[in-house]
Amino acid sequence: MTTTAPVPPPDASLTRPRPEWPDATGHFGPYGGRFVPEALIAALDELSEAYEAMRVDPVFLVEFERLHRDYTGRPSPITEVPRFAEHCGGARVLLKREDLNHTGSHKINNVLGQALLTKRIGKQRVIAETGAGQHGVATATAAALMGLDCTIYMGEEDTRRQALNVARMRLLGAEVIPVTTGSRTLKDAINEAFRDWVTNVGTTNYVFGTVAGPHPFPAMVRDFQRVIGDEARAQVLEREGRLPDAVLACVGGGSNAIGIFTAFVPDEGVRLVGLEAGGDGVETGRHASSITGGDPGVLHGARSYLLQDANGQTIESHSISAGLDYPGVGPEHSYLHDIGRAEYRPVTDSQAMEAFALLCRTEGIIPAIESAHALAGAIALGRELGPDSLLLVNLSGRGDKDVETASAWFGMAEHTAPTDDDERAVEAGRGAEPGPPLGDADDTTVQDGDAL
Amino acid sequence: MTVPPSHPTSSQLEERIGAAVAEGRSALIAYLPVGYPDVPTSIEAMVAAVEGGADVVEIGVPYSDPGMDGPTIQEAVDVAVRAGVGMADVLSAVSAVAAAGAVPVVMSYWNPIERYGVDRFAADLAAAGGAGAITPDLVPDEAGPWIAASDAAGLDRVFLVAPSSTDARLAMTLAACRGFVYAASTMGVTGTRATVGGTAQTLVARTREADPDLAVCVGLGVSDGDQAAEVAGFADGVIVGSAYVRQLLDGHGPAGVRALSEDLAAGVRRR
Repeated sequence: MTTTAPVPPPDASLTRPRPEWPDATGHFGPYGGRFVPEALIAALDELSEAYEAMRVDPVFLVEFERLHRDYTGRPSPITEVPRFAEHCGGARVLLKREDLNHTGSHKINNVLGQALLTKRIGKQRVIAETGAGQHGVATATAAALMGLDCTIYMGEEDTRRQALNVARMRLLGAEVIPVTTGSRTLKDAINEAFRDWVTNVGTTNYVFGTVAGPHPFPAMVRDFQRVIGDEARAQVLEREGRLPDAVLACVGGGSNAIGIFTAFVPDEGVRLVGLEAGGDGVETGRHASSITGGDPGVLHGARSYLLQDANGQTIESHSISAGLDYPGVGPEHSYLHDIGRAEYRPVTDSQAMEAFALLCRTEGIIPAIESAHALAGAIALGRELGPDSLLLVNLSGRGDKDVETASAWFGMAEHTAPTDDDERAVEAGRGAEPGPPLGDADDTTVQDGDAL
Repeated sequence: MTVPPSHPTSSQLEERIGAAVAEGRSALIAYLPVGYPDVPTSIEAMVAAVEGGADVVEIGVPYSDPGMDGPTIQEAVDVAVRAGVGMADVLSAVSAVAAAGAVPVVMSYWNPIERYGVDRFAADLAAAGGAGAITPDLVPDEAGPWIAASDAAGLDRVFLVAPSSTDARLAMTLAACRGFVYAASTMGVTGTRATVGGTAQTLVARTREADPDLAVCVGLGVSDGDQAAEVAGFADGVIVGSAYVRQLLDGHGPAGVRALSEDLAAGVRRR
């Protein structure tokens, strides 16, 4: 076993060589770019220029590293999960523990960078969209830390199923605006945030939560999130003396996946596997698998795969996971898919919840339902690759916010009155059927993953 | 990007707006979306707008994610999207407006056009008698396929400029336009406003300085004849959207649209 370099300081990520994409105008092959009203171009140019200066500024890099270390708690550890891996065909499974970050997910990596950028361009107010609430909580946190005014747009539907995160944002001093237009979910929250931004762009910066949207967001958010993979690659090399056979991550917009993939893109022998939310199954039409079940078009400022009908209208997505319930995906994922460097597979609500229960019961870790999609992918891929394969899974967030949804799914909520969350959880995946008793989850009832 | 040849001749929009200016007034440009409250009534409303005095009708293509529109237009368009209104309905509206004697120009976010097929859209729009298209979320930087298709079909293409546009972007955008340039009067989304304000006038002046030959039409915020008169004092055309849609949302129907057009048409004549 050879030992390699220790975990690098996080600031190194921003100054490392980046992939050769996007080009200077934000294109990843045919994807990305800027499909926005002219009124926003000046603000996007301002952000691009300020960011390119900031990412090589030693003063910023020292501050960013300090926040990662002292505030977020980086580097996040790697945890091997052997009892969980018993269900993965003999594969060994390592988790990158982004769930242990301050605020409970990988989202903090990005918002700290963008909040520092906001201060650098002299704006006093930040706005953000949020689906599950993780990005909203992270943005509210960074705004509180840095003394910025903060407004969060959240679909009314999501404010109900993620009420805990709404309370957290309000405790942190943010204004949470429920969005009642369209499908009342993440895509509509993004529309509202863009409308706010175009109206208040002189005073306000838009802290975008994922690797989608117009240039420079996909590249900038990737840079802020690539610390996940930079750390993990060094950590796996140090403890195993080899690279993993595959790296797995859930994909909604795709920021945690790009975050862990980027360091491994040049490692040709490492498979990169993105797990999309399959909802009731891609064949049912009720899913959020933009790459597996969609095709290229323009949404929210960039060209990428998306769910759309024959008229080019965005189709409402469906997933038990609010954080993956988005009909688009970041343009870099579309590009990685088209060039064959990454593969994308759907995971149904049922498969994700089985993996969720399995990790709870075998390892004492309650994952975010988003991250449970990546765990379900590991169960299937481990069985394909067989014994001695080594899988690295990005555990992008923790499941505290999902306790109500999971309780309803597993029929554990009889002691409380039915809530909208219960109905949503049942409606999201099961029709009138309650979920399986949680006790079954450890009895190797995990499906074979044919859909994977 | 490659800058196309600057606004060649035979532009329906240029001719119609130019004729209005020659009369010593501004052109009145009415926006209405196809499919609210239903397709036939929306087309009736467009014809009523023409009968009331609109020179040009902006025919709105319904879209699920209208990021540049405020609540009034969102509300109407949402109904049309849910009803499955598509490009075939839009092309019917184009023909109806042309038959009524106004110049039809399509207003569409980019994805419905891309989904329909850019070349197919250009060919079908030209065949239906349309002048061209206004593309609020397509900047010339990303418009290569549309510039090629609109050139091939002889269509006008209208891009937007905003108060935040730099001089360099103004020049680049104007060079890519044919027919007119859409000057967004304020930073924000569509909707009526009490005042349109001085930013619009400044933007129009900057635009004229950059290209004295291209017509400049001002949109965002105009709701009545008095505001139309104010904007007509400095612009070649006055674009009104939300106020028309409001007539339909409030149940006044095509008659309400006709009455508003009459008020606005008088406004653009007393600048």
